[in-house]
Amino acid sequence: MAVMTKAAPAAADEQDKEMLISGSEATAEALTLADIDVVTAYPIRPYDTVMQAIAKKIANGQLVAEYIVAEGEHSQFEIVKHASTVGARVFCGSSGVGWMYAMECLTVTPPLRVPMVAMVGNRALDDPGAFGVEHNDALVVRDLGWMLVWVDTAQEMLDTTLLAYRIAEDRLVLLPIAMSADGAFLTHSQALTMVPPKWKVQKFLPPYDRGELLLHPDNPITVAPQANEDWVIEIRRQNDEAMKRSVGVIEEAYADFRKIFGRGPENPWFEEYMTEDAEIIMVGMGTISLPMKVGIRKMRSEGKKVGLIRLRWFRPFPTERLVKALSKAKAIGVVDRDYSFGSPFNSGVAANEIRASLYNSETRPPLLSFICGLGGREVMLEDVYKATEMCYAAAKSGQSDWKTHWLGVRE
Amino acid sequence: MAHFTCEVVYRGIFQKNLAARITRGIVLSARRAGRWGIAFGRYGDSPQRNGIPAKDFAIVADSVEELEQNMARYEPKEVDVTICVDDTLCKGVESWAWYGLQPINRLTLPNGHVLVTSTQSADELIKDIHKKDSPYYLSIIPAKASFSGLWVYKEDHTEVRILGALAKIAPKFLTIDTVCKAISEMEWGSDLKVESAKRAYERLQSRLVKITEGDREIPYSFEKPKWWEMREGVTIPAIPVGKPIEGGEGYRPERNPYFKKFTTRTMRPVIDFDKCVKCTLCWIQCPDSCFDVTPEGLYDANMEACCGCGVCEAVCPVENCITMVNEAAFDDNKSQWEMWRDNKETYTAWLGFKINDKKHVVRSHGFRFRGQYEEELKADLDLGGAEITAGIPGENADHKTV
Repeated sequence: MAVMTKAAPAAADEQDKEMLISGSEATAEALTLADIDVVTAYPIRPYDTVMQAIAKKIANGQLVAEYIVAEGEHSQFEIVKHASTVGARVFCGSSGVGWMYAMECLTVTPPLRVPMVAMVGNRALDDPGAFGVEHNDALVVRDLGWMLVWVDTAQEMLDTTLLAYRIAEDRLVLLPIAMSADGAFLTHSQALTMVPPKWKVQKFLPPYDRGELLLHPDNPITVAPQANEDWVIEIRRQNDEAMKRSVGVIEEAYADFRKIFGRGPENPWFEEYMTEDAEIIMVGMGTISLPMKVGIRKMRSEGKKVGLIRLRWFRPFPTERLVKALSKAKAIGVVDRDYSFGSPFNSGVAANEIRASLYNSETRPPLLSFICGLGGREVMLEDVYKATEMCYAAAKSGQSDWKTHWLGVRE
Repeated sequence: MAHFTCEVVYRGIFQKNLAARITRGIVLSARRAGRWGIAFGRYGDSPQRNGIPAKDFAIVADSVEELEQNMARYEPKEVDVTICVDDTLCKGVESWAWYGLQPINRLTLPNGHVLVTSTQSADELIKDIHKKDSPYYLSIIPAKASFSGLWVYKEDHTEVRILGALAKIAPKFLTIDTVCKAISEMEWGSDLKVESAKRAYERLQSRLVKITEGDREIPYSFEKPKWWEMREGVTIPAIPVGKPIEGGEGYRPERNPYFKKFTTRTMRPVIDFDKCVKCTLCWIQCPDSCFDVTPEGLYDANMEACCGCGVCEAVCPVENCITMVNEAAFDDNKSQWEMWRDNKETYTAWLGFKINDKKHVVRSHGFRFRGQYEEELKADLDLGGAEITAGIPGENADHKTV
């Protein structure tokens, strides 16, 4: 039985505090501030770092929550799903094949409208057994009604965790959110991070209220009855609508976040770095932005007008805004830290989604597709320069090459 | 515009928390002077295994942009200071297969520092450290390899002594004032620790190591195969069976040619072949198949394959036949059996010297009996160390993390 606790009164004069913490510890700070009720855990690297950080919070008496160590990821996700239906604010997470092992529970979570927040510490799928980052693990739920967001820094992990509860639990949405954090770069690096005081979080994040969907003796309902073809498509349509409604909810949540916390992006969907006058726009997700930005600064100093769009939200996909931002470029380079074997042009997932988005655009700049950094392989500045040079060539010819280029592979 | 990069080379798991505290302390100290920083471990060392060399890094910079500039590498390619918290790592570092042997000073910048905790002299250490094409400084903090692992933390002040020493080495980035401030404000800080840092700052001795000095061995390295050269299906060929050693006699197993394991070792077995009763237990029980069977049926531990686990000593039924000795007492990986065969008298003398050298038979890394920790603390105190107060300093601090 979940323990639902009342939040302790917050001191109104308390201010943000700077801490040297890892992205996983930053998430645990956010979970403490969000006063979660039930957390389930099953170890797998790199997600396990957040599980340890929460356990420490509870052991230190800083957070009162039910901490359930499940016997595997399948149970781990199942338990929080149930806890959420009885009104508990829940947290869960996994990585790589652990996330795959929970697949059945992951598919049933969105139709039940469970606003679970999960952290996926991105990790290459087996085989081979490896720990480095790849985005394919989180991406497998991209069609199922999970909202997907990628983060870039420990600060963004903390902030996005708070935002995720606000968005997921909104009555217009009630969908699960997976926050993807690149294993190693975020989960295992300690960075200076601002931790907000409780009163700000209380101002931002209302208590979780499922309303008439609450499973409770005072509100007798059945959750997840068996259904036949008379019902399924309508249920899917409901999910579709909730995902569409989330767009406005996300915009509103980020605007409120900025008002209350005094930081955070104006554009929730993606970060634009030096794109105002950019001839070449590179696109990527997660910490790949770091070598990109450093490379772009260097290329800018040589007079090359290159910019970066770092996608945060992948579901819902910011189609119109992204097309608008991209269509002014002379060429686009999409860098995937994932693969989709046998897909159109054998590209990564993001490249094909962006190609599809641009189909409806009047201006369709040449788009080059790159795959790199798989399994945690370091993305070298040389790779960034090489990709940009190829984009410049495409800009000159005005033609996409309809190929996918693998960077940093031994060949 | 300026930045400062440090690496901490440590023994996986045994010194995991120690390394994390050092890099954390560097960033927090620099932060006291308004700088930005990040502390991280080399993820490729994960999952850590007992004794396998691992690395943590700390980068501090004047601005966030400059910090990013230097973070854009998965592993920094050059460092201002290499901190080595176990002097047996001075022989080189091999983290996992295919990495080859990396000299301890490989990333150290010209005129940079290698800072080692050791009870050995600089001259003894330089014998182990590979020759470098540029001069660098060797600084020594007199201390044993601190055991501060995953589950316990030995409060012997190693982390603050290193921070104090860094203030001497790089005062532009870490002044002794900011270091002391960070220590006393940190979650694990105490006045006593501030004192230890100050002492290390005052007493640190550095010596320039010339390009002519050091171990001349060429470190082994490997060329990784291209994607189309690799076998498909995530398969690797099995290691073939071995061959007789000479004249159709004896047996030497084939060994993994891409991972030699010996830099994991902090203790090595020395074998008294005259006492051996050929019971085969060491050979059978060795988890790394590191024993060669000699033509006369003796067992010779191959020092490139031995990771120093000590199982052979534990299972050997003959008293003083196999004895584990601190790795610091040796300069090469030569065959003990060949030495014994060449000249039994010389070998017996050598063996006796190694076993009876009280400085080096001191065990490292790990507690082998109840009360060892307390005994060691007492011994450290007798050597002039600071007294450790009861409990864990900072235990009741608001925020605890490592």
